[in-house]
Amino acid sequence: MAELWYGLAVFMLTAYVVLDGFDFGAGALHLTVARTDAERRQVLAAIGPYWDGNEVWLLAAGGALFVSFPRVLSAGVSGFYFAIFLVLWCLVFRGISIEFRHHVADPVWKQACDFFFWLPSLLLPVFFGAALGNLLRGVPLSADGWFALPLFTDFSARPPMGILDWYTVAVGVFALAALVAHGGAFLVWKTDGPVRQRSRRIARLAFTVTAILWPLLTVATIRVNDAFLPALARRPLAWLLAAVALAGLASALLGLSRGRDRAAFLGSCAFLAGLSTATAACVFPVLLRATGDSALSMTAYNASGDEAGLRTALGWLFVGMPLAILYFVFLFRFHRGKATAPADGEGY
Amino acid sequence: MSDPLFLHRLQFAFTIVYHYLFPVLTMGLALLIVVMKALGLRRGGERWNDAARFWIRIFGINFAVGVVTGIPMEFQFGTNWAQFSRYAGNVVGHTLAMEGVFAFFLESAFLSLLVFGERRLGKRGHFAAAVALFAGSWLSGYFIIATNAFLQRPVGHAVGSGGVLVLQDFWAFLLNGWAIAQFLHNQMSAVVTASFVVTALGAFYRLQGRHEETARLFLRLGVASGLVSSLLVAYPTGDHQAKLVARHQPVALAAMEGHFQSGPRAGITLIGQPNVPERKLDNPIEVPAILSILAFGHADSAVQGLEEFPESDWPDNIALLYYSFHIMAGLGTIFIAIMGIAALLAWTGRLERSRPMLWILMMAFPFPYIAVTAGWMTTELGRQPWLVYGLFRTAQGASPTVHAGTALFTLIGFCGLYALLSVLFLFLVSREIAHGPVPLSAAAGTPEAPHG
Repeated sequence: MAELWYGLAVFMLTAYVVLDGFDFGAGALHLTVARTDAERRQVLAAIGPYWDGNEVWLLAAGGALFVSFPRVLSAGVSGFYFAIFLVLWCLVFRGISIEFRHHVADPVWKQACDFFFWLPSLLLPVFFGAALGNLLRGVPLSADGWFALPLFTDFSARPPMGILDWYTVAVGVFALAALVAHGGAFLVWKTDGPVRQRSRRIARLAFTVTAILWPLLTVATIRVNDAFLPALARRPLAWLLAAVALAGLASALLGLSRGRDRAAFLGSCAFLAGLSTATAACVFPVLLRATGDSALSMTAYNASGDEAGLRTALGWLFVGMPLAILYFVFLFRFHRGKATAPADGEGY
Repeated sequence: MSDPLFLHRLQFAFTIVYHYLFPVLTMGLALLIVVMKALGLRRGGERWNDAARFWIRIFGINFAVGVVTGIPMEFQFGTNWAQFSRYAGNVVGHTLAMEGVFAFFLESAFLSLLVFGERRLGKRGHFAAAVALFAGSWLSGYFIIATNAFLQRPVGHAVGSGGVLVLQDFWAFLLNGWAIAQFLHNQMSAVVTASFVVTALGAFYRLQGRHEETARLFLRLGVASGLVSSLLVAYPTGDHQAKLVARHQPVALAAMEGHFQSGPRAGITLIGQPNVPERKLDNPIEVPAILSILAFGHADSAVQGLEEFPESDWPDNIALLYYSFHIMAGLGTIFIAIMGIAALLAWTGRLERSRPMLWILMMAFPFPYIAVTAGWMTTELGRQPWLVYGLFRTAQGASPTVHAGTALFTLIGFCGLYALLSVLFLFLVSREIAHGPVPLSAAAGTPEAPHG
């Protein structure tokens, strides 16, 4: 049961990265690939129907962790207190900007909304990447299962550490590159004209940067987390998933240069999903790694919630997940084809 | 201000009260939009579709603020109440996660279709989108209330290893009698709020002499649903809720009424100020025996006073609890009177010419918001000093590693952010009101492109 819930948590978080990832990436590119109001509305029309549902995956994953690993969620979220609120405030600005923009047909209003949509979209991938970095590097868990990290200390990745240090920021930058590429691939698929051309150029560049950073970051991870390399050597599943990620990256780059837009975006999805699941397969069963005594780490086995509760949750997830997936299939089918900004002001 | 527990409580209270100002309208409005769209399905129902289109825009603005202020709520269980999350996560995590899986996915999928898809979906499709939004928003309300109901009256749980709560009976937990009662009471109060808002705008347009046709529709629908929901919120839903409090939280009931001494023929105080140090009410205006009847159905039933409970189990802010309850109940009574008179005038065809009544209806719309807030304050202050009633005290629940300086930082941050949101919200809503409803043909010049 503990393994299953570890898998479910990874699945939901991966779905979140892949789905909200494309609208973060598109948001981070917003000011660059779209210059005129019509072009910007094209970008917003492309992600408008999806962003809210994509964000629900974060809530669903959070809720699932709440049920299945309450000790991990409570220690993690309170330990990263400042970072969590920075993320939440960014999400507030972002959501408001995208939803309020179309209400006022005024250039100043629209420019303000564009800026406050772009900035959090740029920062959030860095924050989420840094969060992943913290999980990989570990946190100073105490014997009673709590920790608190300041936002930053001396950026050394050694105690006394902060949430942001050279390693976690590097993961954040990597995440930004990967999501910019992902969002760019999405825009290539969903838009046309100059927006598509510019997105294509940037996505290719971002995928190349991602491909260069990936091995460097793997080396860095091995430096800060001494359990990573031995685990990597022993786990064929991690290799398989990393191969999926590599194939995805290759098909994304290939798809972009050959004009096969959907294949490129799907390749990018496979890259992110492969990367996230490969990482999870490597660190399994650890959920919250302790930097000091490794016996203090919270794992799927020592931190999972009560068995009966987990079985119950499996029951309603079995009903709810297919429904959620159905809504997404419906949404993507309903909005299939290129997104266009209606000339009359209706829509995003 | 140096006590982290106080700051955690204040931050949660502030963010939840602010957040709920938006869902309370969208839940009520969702139902009224379904009604308008249903009336719009009939032959010649175009005017109802125009009315619905206007309210969907208002709904969209409120929904957006509700979404962005709702996400922090979910996370604050973990950030500020980590010990509570560890203690009860295996139980309350279910309903919080189910809200995402069953309600939010549904809402998010259909919101953009409701707001932008009227042309493409056609009349029936658009009606279906309205129904989906209504279902999603009410489901979401149910899951949150079921979570709260567990804190008020824990059922379906057991104490597991390590002293944390585990889920034993899922259905008992999900279909907690308290949750069902509270849900019905709460949803009715949401309909009251939406009805007063719709009516107020109808009265405003009527007094301005603009949008006469629409004003008539708003007044008709708002007064009808306002009267029905104002009655239902008091009886049977409010009455039932009060009886549950009397049975399961007698000390909360005593504090709500400022009732210090036990005894039969307990009265209800209309106005008075709790004087906790001297254990009495100052300047009371009392109606005898009513409390006994309301709580237990009989004038001779004894109502326990605060004196019967150890002081450590008293709600920690009796005065605020007392005022919250009285403001809610008093306003609820006034709502019935306002809507009753308005309905009578409408019935006899005089409402649109009765300027004083139109003024009252226009000015009344903030009061349901106040009543709803006061009602929730009654619920939450009445639960104190417990976080999970009878099991786990509020003081035990806070995050152990978050100190006062950190909590104050985020509280100040929320104050600033939400002040900004309020300004933007009021700006946008007042623009929509000034603009008024428009027919679909005039809403946009060219046919809607398919991917808005």
